[in-house]
Amino acid sequence: MIEAHDLTKRYGDKLAVDHLSFTVGPGRVTGFLGPNGAGKSTTMRLVLGLDRPNEGGATIDGRPYAELAQPLRTVGALLEAKAMHPGRSARNHLLFLAQTQGLPSRRVDEVLDLVGLRDVARQRVRGYSLGMSQRVGIAAAMLGNPSVLLLDEPVNGLDPEGILWARNLLKRLASEQRTIFVSSHLMNEMAVTADHLIVIGKGKLIADCTTQEFIERSSEKSVLVRSPEAAALAGLIAAEGGKAIPQEPAHGRAAALSVTGLDAPRIGEIAAANRIVLHELTPRPASLEEAFLELTAGSVEYGGDVPAASEETAASSAAPASTAAPASTAAPGSSQ
Amino acid sequence: MTSVSPPASPSPLTAAALPARAPARRPGFGGLLLAEWTKIRSVRSTLWTLVIFAVVSLGLTGLFTWLTLNAASNGRRDARASGLFTDPVSFILGTGLGLGQLAICVLGALVISSEYSSGAIRASLLAVPRRYPVLVAKGLVFAVLVAIVGEIVAFCSFFIGATLVNGQAVTRTLSVAGHAVTVRRTLEVSLSQPNVTRAVVGAGLYLTGLGLFALAIGALIRHTAGAITAVIGMVLVIFPLAGLLPDSWGAHVHAYLPTIAGQLITQDKPTAGQLLSAWQGFGVFCAWTALLLAAAIYLLQRRDA
Repeated sequence: MIEAHDLTKRYGDKLAVDHLSFTVGPGRVTGFLGPNGAGKSTTMRLVLGLDRPNEGGATIDGRPYAELAQPLRTVGALLEAKAMHPGRSARNHLLFLAQTQGLPSRRVDEVLDLVGLRDVARQRVRGYSLGMSQRVGIAAAMLGNPSVLLLDEPVNGLDPEGILWARNLLKRLASEQRTIFVSSHLMNEMAVTADHLIVIGKGKLIADCTTQEFIERSSEKSVLVRSPEAAALAGLIAAEGGKAIPQEPAHGRAAALSVTGLDAPRIGEIAAANRIVLHELTPRPASLEEAFLELTAGSVEYGGDVPAASEETAASSAAPASTAAPASTAAPGSSQ
Repeated sequence: MTSVSPPASPSPLTAAALPARAPARRPGFGGLLLAEWTKIRSVRSTLWTLVIFAVVSLGLTGLFTWLTLNAASNGRRDARASGLFTDPVSFILGTGLGLGQLAICVLGALVISSEYSSGAIRASLLAVPRRYPVLVAKGLVFAVLVAIVGEIVAFCSFFIGATLVNGQAVTRTLSVAGHAVTVRRTLEVSLSQPNVTRAVVGAGLYLTGLGLFALAIGALIRHTAGAITAVIGMVLVIFPLAGLLPDSWGAHVHAYLPTIAGQLITQDKPTAGQLLSAWQGFGVFCAWTALLLAAAIYLLQRRDA
């Protein structure tokens, strides 16, 4: 269990982490989300005792990290995948870590097998891809078979097969009653991996709840409406206080609208009352990404000025399940 | 908060072969020494720097000694006035090692600064969150390595120089009571002469101290290029130039500078006006190095990694 209490870190005038308190419990995967620069990595470094907090503190299983007798047997951490001497082999990197904890060198081979790197482990890490380096980092985190894992962007650079592998590994480790705290900017990945979310923005806590609750908290549920009289319907929806965004027309199908602010029954009633034919009326729950963009809208540290760009991003990766998604209900947060 | 249920059966891949969790006590310092040895032997820069150190030291010792003897036998006055004829042991130990020592400076700075530049320091500190034992273990392992290699190279340098020098005739023309007198003698150096063994052993000790001095600078500066520049700048330029300071206070400042004091132990004969004895000088050098290492440990404990 990880407990942060009133954690605060200043760099000069900038408050990187602002009186942050949270608890990460065992037996589930806890996702750690926030816009770039929100303080996720700094928070992890503070928990691990690499940086000193200006105020507050953090404990792991009730003790500050620095007081753990055999830290790698309690906590495994992956911060930056490339943080290894480029001229040293992965095996020697893991070997010296094992030696500091009094772990047998046999354990190095075991974790190399776990991450599938045994064949290349004697090569210098200079030539490793980002994905291979991530695997070495995960191997290092698993070296002491720890009950607590802190992983900063562990799937960054992994190929699809690797992402699936990492997801299953995290879930299995959580099912073994370990504490898994993992940050990522891949929202779809988090939506399927994390049971619980801690969301921060500008160093402050924004949300600490289950993934399901977090998505439901978002107001941005949309309805996809397809109609040959889409333009007329759009006017009626606007008159009722809804917001209709025309979607790119799909070949050979009626024009579509993405409607927010009105639910599907109400849209159906409006259409019926005005004798407008509907070809499709599909309620679409907000994706984690949309919920995230909405709830962190006020906390974006490095925001671009071009709203179109962020809409595009939202569209491209929004709901992978909805196949015909030229669609995007760009969250209002993305277009400030 | 979910309550903690009894631990699930361990998964085959992650937990199977791990020995039962030992009672939580800190792993011994021996493990740290082993880890530092693994680190230092597993990068090629260690081997390469030590090879360069040996080749430069031995090669230049032989080359300079041979060139000077050659020039002197050809009648060159400046060569005849060289230290090779007045204090051959100091000449032999001062020339090749004087340049070779720069490789030790580079290696000392590199063994710690490369951890910072690559980010590997964070892995090291996560494994040892009390931090200072990492630097202590690294210093010990590195010191033993440099001491062994340094002593071997120092003795080899001496024997190369001695082989070239022994038996060479020196003629000097002195003026005695208005008459020119030519004195002819044969050069002879050996470990059995007074202070010679101490000077050769001392050269290895000096290199060990120098390695730790550079390691401390590397730990303080934390950037490879900056640390190497700083150490070499001090050893090669700043400390020797301090000899130009005027008056007796200048001489005192110069005498107490780290490597100036430290090099006294590599000389078998004291020079005129020498302020410190050989061992006093080495003591001053060790004190400087200890001071810098203490500062490095203090900052290691305090700074964000």
